[in-house]
Amino acid sequence: MGLLSDPSRRKVLTGLLTRLNTPICIVCYLAGIVWFMGLAFEPFTLRTYMSENAMGSTMVEERFSSGERALSLAKEFDAHKRKAGGMPVEWLVKAMQSRGLEVFTQSFSRKLPFPDENKERYMVRGTNVYGILRAPRAPRTEALVITAPCSPGNTNNQAVALLLALAQYFRNQIYWAKDIIFLVNEHDLIGTQAWLEGYHHTNITGMEYSPLQGRAGSIQAALSLELSSDVITSLDLVLEGLNGQLPNLDLANLFYAFCQKLGVLCTIQGKLQRNDWDTAEGYTHAAQTMMLMVLKQACGRSWGDHGLFLRYHIEAASVRGINSFRHYKTDATTIGRLLEGMVRKLNNLLERLHQSYFFYLLPSLSRFVSIGYYMPAFGLLAVILLLRVSFPGLCHCFSVSLQPSSPGVLTVLTPVVISHLTGVALYLLPVHLQEMAVEHFPVSETEAVVLTAIAIYTAGLALPHNTQRLLSGEGTEQGWKVLKLTALLYLAVLLGCTALINFSLGFILAVTLVPITASITPHMPKALYALVMVLLSPAFTILYCVFIYQELIEAPVSVSEGWMLFLSVISQGILDHALYGSLVYPLLALFIYPCWLMFWNILFWN
Amino acid sequence: MAAPLTLLLIVAVTIRAVLFRSSWAELISERVEVVSPLNAWKRVVEGLALLDLGVSPYSGDVFHETPFMIYLFHFVVDYAEIVFMVSPGLVFCLSRFLTSLYLFRKQKYALESDRYPADCLELLRSPKEMFYIPLKVAMFYLLNPFTILSCVAKSTCGLNNAIIALFILCTLKGSALLSGILLALATYQSIYPLTLFAPALLFFLQRLYIPVNLRRSSFWFFTLQYAFIYVGSLVVITGLSFFLLGSWDFIPSVYGFIFSVPDLTPNIGLFWYFFAEMFEHFRLFFICVFQINVFFYTIPLSIKLKEHPVFLIFMQIAIISIFKSYPTVGDVALYMAFLPAWSHLYRFLRNIFLVSCVLLACSALFPVLWHLWIYAGSANSNFYYAITLLFNFGQILLVSDYFYAYLRREHHLTHGLYLKKKDGTEATLVLK
Repeated sequence: MGLLSDPSRRKVLTGLLTRLNTPICIVCYLAGIVWFMGLAFEPFTLRTYMSENAMGSTMVEERFSSGERALSLAKEFDAHKRKAGGMPVEWLVKAMQSRGLEVFTQSFSRKLPFPDENKERYMVRGTNVYGILRAPRAPRTEALVITAPCSPGNTNNQAVALLLALAQYFRNQIYWAKDIIFLVNEHDLIGTQAWLEGYHHTNITGMEYSPLQGRAGSIQAALSLELSSDVITSLDLVLEGLNGQLPNLDLANLFYAFCQKLGVLCTIQGKLQRNDWDTAEGYTHAAQTMMLMVLKQACGRSWGDHGLFLRYHIEAASVRGINSFRHYKTDATTIGRLLEGMVRKLNNLLERLHQSYFFYLLPSLSRFVSIGYYMPAFGLLAVILLLRVSFPGLCHCFSVSLQPSSPGVLTVLTPVVISHLTGVALYLLPVHLQEMAVEHFPVSETEAVVLTAIAIYTAGLALPHNTQRLLSGEGTEQGWKVLKLTALLYLAVLLGCTALINFSLGFILAVTLVPITASITPHMPKALYALVMVLLSPAFTILYCVFIYQELIEAPVSVSEGWMLFLSVISQGILDHALYGSLVYPLLALFIYPCWLMFWNILFWN
Repeated sequence: MAAPLTLLLIVAVTIRAVLFRSSWAELISERVEVVSPLNAWKRVVEGLALLDLGVSPYSGDVFHETPFMIYLFHFVVDYAEIVFMVSPGLVFCLSRFLTSLYLFRKQKYALESDRYPADCLELLRSPKEMFYIPLKVAMFYLLNPFTILSCVAKSTCGLNNAIIALFILCTLKGSALLSGILLALATYQSIYPLTLFAPALLFFLQRLYIPVNLRRSSFWFFTLQYAFIYVGSLVVITGLSFFLLGSWDFIPSVYGFIFSVPDLTPNIGLFWYFFAEMFEHFRLFFICVFQINVFFYTIPLSIKLKEHPVFLIFMQIAIISIFKSYPTVGDVALYMAFLPAWSHLYRFLRNIFLVSCVLLACSALFPVLWHLWIYAGSANSNFYYAITLLFNFGQILLVSDYFYAYLRREHHLTHGLYLKKKDGTEATLVLK
């Protein structure tokens, strides 16, 4: 308070901030980036450890041995799947019943807002089959879920078969204190969504489904299993869920502990862990792994069936079997044992997983970066916006704009409102106008949606000229300063809120938006800065992310392939919002893009 | 003047009507920032249901409104929305009278400007500036998102605000009787307005040209007279409540509830987190420490601001809304409505920009952190409480900034705007 009330010290402080504003901003930006890249450096990260007492103290002994039987079941399942031309519901019900489970089915249907070209589906009808193993040891108030998606083609048969084999083995054990639900869902995420909504009596996405007939207690944790071959070389753990939500870190610790115990190779983001952190390659490897996680988290979609569980406060992860050309092989029995061990440990839980971290980044499975370490990287970027806001010229404008009679407020209100209306158009029109677009242009529905979105986005760039016409008289010097002040504050609050919910998204947006928004004034060379602004706009950020992602998963793409991917990413984003309630598309359309348009208005202020 | 005010009223009513009819109303009425256990509409409905069944509404642990409130709603429950629409309207009308009255006082002030040094004339407000103050006050209250949220959630906080505003109006009009009765009513509603007794008394003394002197009989005479009106009406109101319900149940259920803070539902105040964490045997001590905050500042502020009772009222209302046990955004909105009345202090405010940023950011972060804590389960109460602390820090900074600015303006009015040190260089004022 002394600093705030002593005028002489205040003067020194503001003088310093004013004089060194630009250098401080540049230093902050670079420091933010360096800090972020430094997070992957091993000495700066923490080693993961099991925080949950109930899961850490005792190791269980795994005795699952029917891996071979599971593989033969997989063949049987495959045959029935082919015969039924989809999910063999009756066979599954019988198979589960014969293993002593209470079996129920749930049918659901969903009409997508527009055809999904990646998965070739539009009208989706399907059935979920689930069996409940009632806990013999405790009142049935809590449950665990093991789920395996029944995918088209001959993928994932082994997962379903292993699920059935585990059910048979679990049925004969007496130590279960939680009900175990074995769920085989059709149409991957849509099926999971229908089942979860049915289980929790909610309907947030307009899905049609039949109510669930059987129910267990409140679900404590869920594991999703994806296996497509008889032997695998490594297991990959997928954590990123809807809107960038992550399960408790203890779930990852649990997986890692059992992989270590059973000698199974485990990866995250498909990358094995390296031990040579002190070499350049080792660091690059960790940085790549972390970047992949950041990119996946930022896109806000669910990267496996587990992602939708997280919304219901259920800790969940997907375990994915990878079969690459390494000589190291793991058979189905070992994977079964791994799952048995994990489920038994989860069975020991006395309360929900809450001890460990929920906000983290993983440069490798055994190392993590917690929120306290990564937030400063974002904070350094966000502080630039605040520093620019406190720029004295702007500060003065603020006190002027407090008087409602001054013209400042009205001149600012027009661009703000118009930008937001453009945002609303970008959010609403693509899906609602698809029929009209298909009638008039030779495109498919999906293309129509994506291209309409891009068209509206581009049309928004022409706005400044129209806004200016609406204003009475010339835009004043005062006007753009007030607008810039508003926009900077708006962006700072927006990015701050985003980073809290989804750090990766907030950070990526901050990296691209902050430099240009902090430096923009109408007195700059228009053409050059317009180009820079467009290149750093949200849409181009998505495009760069697509290329960087492809580069990181070692599947680089050419420009035209990248462009096609970019289009499919946009359509997926819109679909994810409509189907599962992902928030990235509305955030970008309704808030970030209008905010960017406000800065675009400043550049063309006259 | 009438045209913009009517327009403003229409806009304000339209916004509320639209929100009442939209699907958002339910969402808003569940927000902990907007409703507290004391004034949630859900609880009023529960109390009404109990009353209709012939059970004491206080028999559960849900209802904490005063008996007057429940009988009011007993008769108008079908028109509840209209009542909630009217209550800010009431405040709005009052604000108009309030400030127009204040305006006359200030005009008088301006006429007496020859009393002040010549360079201070720019510190005095011209009648033209003051002409717009009622409009600004009305706008600050009616279009404040906090008020709108509070109204749409049907929080009874709006009615309490209306009573306090009525009290201020009557005080400024110089009606000691009505002022005393309304103050008693406000106290009856939520205890804390008790501290407004001091500024009201000071105002009347100033108005009647009675010096604040403990040895003068006229001072004691008026003080006792006003105190008698106040205490008398408080006793009458409480007695009436007893006869309405036929039991004293409401005393522990309303005032005990306010003082002992048994409901630790998170809100924008400072109490819940502390008392959720605290060991049970320290509870009484810390409740005293926390509650005394509201009342304690009355004494030093009354001494310092005894010449400026209207500003003192503002300070007191702000302090109540910061330190009360179950604050909601509706309380914040009430003292924010006063801010335009002090528009002549803008040039002396030092942290107003910082404070606005803090309050703005906090308002955005409240729902985000609530979501992370309650729905996503990834954050915890510490995150939410951090924002609560920051929000209250912002409010305290705002109030102390206004206080400082007020004192500084007074200093400049008597000593001249451009102060010189003894050696002739420019001097700066430091608050220590």
